[in-house]
Amino acid sequence: MLKSRETILALAILALLAVIAARFPAFVLPANLAAVFTDTSPLIILALGQMAVILTKCIDLSVAANLALCGMIAAMMNGAAVPLPVILLAVLALGAALGAVNGMLVWKLGIPSIVVTLGTMTIYRGVIFLLTDGKWINAHQMSEGFKAFPRAQFLGLPVMAWIALAVVAGFALFVSRTPLGRALFAVGGNPHAAVYTGIHVGKTQFWAFTLSGALAGLTGYLWVARYAVAYVDIAGGFELDVVAACVIGGIAIAGGAGSVAGCVMGALFLGIVKNALPVVGISPFWQMAISGSAILIAIAFNARHQGAKGRIILKHAEVRA
Amino acid sequence: MTSLSTRHIPDRLQSPMTRATRSWEALLLLVAIAIFIANSLASPYFLDPWNLSDASFNFTEKALIAFAMAMLVIAGEIDLSVASIIALCSTVMGAAMMAGVPVWGLVALGLGTGLACGAFNGLLVAGFGLPSIVVTIGTMSLFRGLSFIALGDGAYTGYPAGFAWFGQGYVWWVFSFELVLFVVMALLFSILLHRTNFGRLVYVIGNNATAARFSGVRVDRVRFILFLLTGLMSGIAAICLTSRLGSTRPSIATGFELEVVTMVVLGGVSILGGSGSIPGVVIAALVMGLVTFGLGLLNVPGIVMSIIVGALLIGVIALPRLWAMWRR
Repeated sequence: MLKSRETILALAILALLAVIAARFPAFVLPANLAAVFTDTSPLIILALGQMAVILTKCIDLSVAANLALCGMIAAMMNGAAVPLPVILLAVLALGAALGAVNGMLVWKLGIPSIVVTLGTMTIYRGVIFLLTDGKWINAHQMSEGFKAFPRAQFLGLPVMAWIALAVVAGFALFVSRTPLGRALFAVGGNPHAAVYTGIHVGKTQFWAFTLSGALAGLTGYLWVARYAVAYVDIAGGFELDVVAACVIGGIAIAGGAGSVAGCVMGALFLGIVKNALPVVGISPFWQMAISGSAILIAIAFNARHQGAKGRIILKHAEVRA
Repeated sequence: MTSLSTRHIPDRLQSPMTRATRSWEALLLLVAIAIFIANSLASPYFLDPWNLSDASFNFTEKALIAFAMAMLVIAGEIDLSVASIIALCSTVMGAAMMAGVPVWGLVALGLGTGLACGAFNGLLVAGFGLPSIVVTIGTMSLFRGLSFIALGDGAYTGYPAGFAWFGQGYVWWVFSFELVLFVVMALLFSILLHRTNFGRLVYVIGNNATAARFSGVRVDRVRFILFLLTGLMSGIAAICLTSRLGSTRPSIATGFELEVVTMVVLGGVSILGGSGSIPGVVIAALVMGLVTFGLGLLNVPGIVMSIIVGALLIGVIALPRLWAMWRR
């Protein structure tokens, strides 16, 4: 039981909450925990998309730029009085298209994903500048309906949190019950074996990037509407938090292993830390170093479980020789 | 993907001359010359020696890191934390400066911090066998995060006058300290990679690390040294950049890692490891420096340049592959 990564992570989150609650009991009141969950929703949604990509041995560093570009487009469409459902469909489609560009470059041209997404990361952000000339779209330039939708209360939680919950549920079904979802694991676990079982490696990676992009597009609207501002640098560096959430959640960076529960808890862990820092009186400037350390501890921890592998391979080879 | 159809296998090697003229480096040099000519036509002020000297500051600091990064990438690893190492080195130097440490002490601290950061990366990658991409994404957050903890939204300013020489001083006439350092390091790294045993080991590891280990190469030690070297070069770049700017903010050198990796890839280093050369990276540095400076002359804003850098990074790898697909 204790061997399971999810259990350990859940215990770590409970321990974290216990430490905070010891000094600041108000932090663990249901209303505040709901607020923390809502605040972490964008990270959860993006981390699930990133999980799909990492499962296939790739990485998507362009998610935050994709989010910013789609968010800006959403704000601009709102400025042109486009109805909200159309905006939602448009950001999903645009995000998916931007993700698909990454996917095509990885699939058709076989360029390593880190290079592709490092490049598209700057290109997508640059495009926002080209579109807006660096101008901001502020709260007073957005319609009330546009801003109110993510915050609207429904059964005690804001719509944003419900969307995150829906994405989590949908994603859990997707990875466990659909052929494409299972293919993600197969491609990352052993690409050669995947080919022999009739799974197209490149196409699977393409769909993973497209999915990650679509979720980034959706989050783009939620982000801009919630914070009621859109400019070139929104969510700058957020891709690192997203990767951190996945790594902390135990998604193997070499692909093929990981769970939705782990991924969500990885995101929640970072979300709780981020929300707790101001409460316990630590400067928010600590956030970056803490998430960096959390990444390093998590990968060191992940590797510990595979520690003996290298030696076994060597012995095996010696026996054969 | 690579089909095993009939392949034309030459019965003799091309002459060294033919190989040199058909190489990636030769193509890149042509591009550099073309951009140089285009720039001199675009602006009458371009050909002024002082102007060209100013243009060199665009790439020298990044190129210093790119030399070490090239060796790292050839060995099949990558270091995305270089820009954050610069931030941390600069912060340490700034804190020391406030405490009244003399110039030589600042330089020693800058180099030492760079080495320490490189050693930390190297320990995690070579010592614990963790994948370098994630490790350096983690340290990218950690190193810059430490800078943010130290500085918040503040800045260190007021470096001593003697310190300014590293980023603003001239060795002789228009040749700045940074430009001379760039040339010296280009030579040193060319010798290290192309003329020493260590350099050969880098290629061997990049082509097949397992085979290298079975041939008795101490793979992890070479990897560790490469990370150490990258950290050291980032420290040197931090000294130059801090001295040139005369101030330290935690956001210093943001996005440098992208430009350094682009320089390396543009220079013909295979991102999958195993091939590439220092002369290629030198020419790539010149090309990128000339492009950004030329665009600067045309009043193109920085973020638009970063679009071009991003497109260059993808295009340089994509175009040869598209060309190969089209010919088939």
